[in-house]
Amino acid sequence: MSAALEGLAERYLHLERPTRWRKSEIAFWIATLLPFFLFESYLSLASQVAITALFALSLDLILGYAGIVSLGHAAFFGLGAYAAGLIAKHGWGEPLSGLVMAAALAGVVGYAASFIIARFRHLALIMITLGLGLLLYEAANSASWLTGGADGLQGVRMWPLLGYFKFDLFGFTAYTYSLAVLFLVFLVARRLIHSPFGLSLRGIRENPVRMPAIGAPSHAHIRKIYSISAVMAGMAGALLAQTTSTVSLEALGFQRSADVLVILILGGAGRLYGGILGAIIYMVARDQFSGVNPQYWYFWIGLLLIAVVTLLPNGILGGLAQWTSRWSSRWSSSSRRGTPP
Amino acid sequence: MLASLVGVLFDGFAYGMLLFVLSVGLSVTLGMMNFVNLAHCSFAMLGGYIAVTLMNALAWPFFATLPVAFVAAAAASVVLERALYRRLYRASDLDQCLLTIGIVFVSIASAAYIYGTIQQPVQMPPYLRGSVVFLGVNFAVYRLFLVGTALAITFVLVASLEYTRFGAQVRAAVDNQRMARGLGINVQRTFAITFALGSGLAGLGGALAIEMVGLDPGFAFSFLIYVLIVVSVGGLGSIGGSFAAASLLGISDVAGKYYVPQLGAFLIYLVMVGLLMWRPAGLFGKR
Repeated sequence: MSAALEGLAERYLHLERPTRWRKSEIAFWIATLLPFFLFESYLSLASQVAITALFALSLDLILGYAGIVSLGHAAFFGLGAYAAGLIAKHGWGEPLSGLVMAAALAGVVGYAASFIIARFRHLALIMITLGLGLLLYEAANSASWLTGGADGLQGVRMWPLLGYFKFDLFGFTAYTYSLAVLFLVFLVARRLIHSPFGLSLRGIRENPVRMPAIGAPSHAHIRKIYSISAVMAGMAGALLAQTTSTVSLEALGFQRSADVLVILILGGAGRLYGGILGAIIYMVARDQFSGVNPQYWYFWIGLLLIAVVTLLPNGILGGLAQWTSRWSSRWSSSSRRGTPP
Repeated sequence: MLASLVGVLFDGFAYGMLLFVLSVGLSVTLGMMNFVNLAHCSFAMLGGYIAVTLMNALAWPFFATLPVAFVAAAAASVVLERALYRRLYRASDLDQCLLTIGIVFVSIASAAYIYGTIQQPVQMPPYLRGSVVFLGVNFAVYRLFLVGTALAITFVLVASLEYTRFGAQVRAAVDNQRMARGLGINVQRTFAITFALGSGLAGLGGALAIEMVGLDPGFAFSFLIYVLIVVSVGGLGSIGGSFAAASLLGISDVAGKYYVPQLGAFLIYLVMVGLLMWRPAGLFGKR
């Protein structure tokens, strides 16, 4: 009896092991506090990085785990941004409740869209996500009485965070706020990914037809994760609107959808830290290079994309993991060879 | 009223024909290899810039630049196919998307580096300028020329697909790649040739497009969306489908801009999403 239980426990060990917090993870989250001490002049950049990381994380859930390719994920980012901005503009500048309301709106729209998304795959899916994103962009562009159109949403006034911390020019509050939201959402995502639900999502990614046969309803799961992802993307957008006190049409644009895809792929899709790492590298590099020649930034991004797809199919994190596993197996085999027979 | 309606229909149809020339190559190659080539419009842009350079710097006549644009785009596509695309035929949609988006980024930045971000000025030969009036409706000569060219291309394409040995091989490979391989058709080679021809057509389309829509480095992206709409709505690998979808798109775009300008491109995207939800494989698609 106990042996059987032990065998069962052993069988699930490979599922349980990744749920434990590794030292490198803890070190990473402690390192996210470094900008407060080391790079104080870059705090607003750090806040942008955290927001982008949150957005990339939301895309990772649907693309990396459920295998839904989306070229229009900025739709939810922009929805959240406009919702938060409009709420603040029309007299309710409280950040946290604004964030919740914006996320809820993005979630509702995401839930509605998920009924469409779950039905399609391949090129039709890519085109439909692209089309929905463009639709929303055009709608926001035409509804300039509401959104300010191409000029962007002006006059967003935020109240202090928790009634006490004002959004300062240096981005101290902004980074604290964005980082805290990113961390909390990350905890949720991490729990989600390691749950049975997360496991069945990976199954759907590998084979959406076979999963229902073993009792995992593909469509319902896709609808759920898509709505969750929309909520997260909406939060990222709301954070951007609240910390910068403005919303531009670009929040909804195709460029943003493409950028976040690049960021996620660069870091490694289907890995929790892929989007975060990608966001750090991408945003910092853009900040460094944009002074040189912003026009040609995309040349390097393009080259990078080509290189990642052809040389590092699983992104930087995937490449690292492969490299370390090869290295450790070589090391263990050579040490085994060293022992006398 | 009626005259303006006919005028809008004609302009829309001419625009649609331009979109057809730009997109038909992608439709066939996507249908054959399932390779999502988002860089298709980069080849079109290359053709456009080649034509502009030849006309403005070397003072070539417009008609002489068209074959060069075709050949240059085809040659560039062969190089890229050999170097990059071939590795990813079996990769996921996403990887193919990303690789080709990377190529689009590089091509846009290179064009901006070489030519600047401004619209390229072109001077059409006098016999393609102006317009003729027929039954009270203005027909721009260039658009008539465009429609004629596109119809000729369609005719040649359909005829060669239906009645030549190579066309039969292409059709077989589009319908069932593995079966075609089993019958001894060299699908790889057929694909490479089709890909080069399709990209060449895109290059030709790029050269033809300058007079109508201008040419700047954003071309590779702005037209990509239109081309993808044509391909996905028309159905992969279907020349007739691309023709119908391109005409529909061109007419609804021009009519939308003429009659309800405040909607912008909203109408088109709505039509596309609606059509794709109704028929995910496109109007004439089989899969």
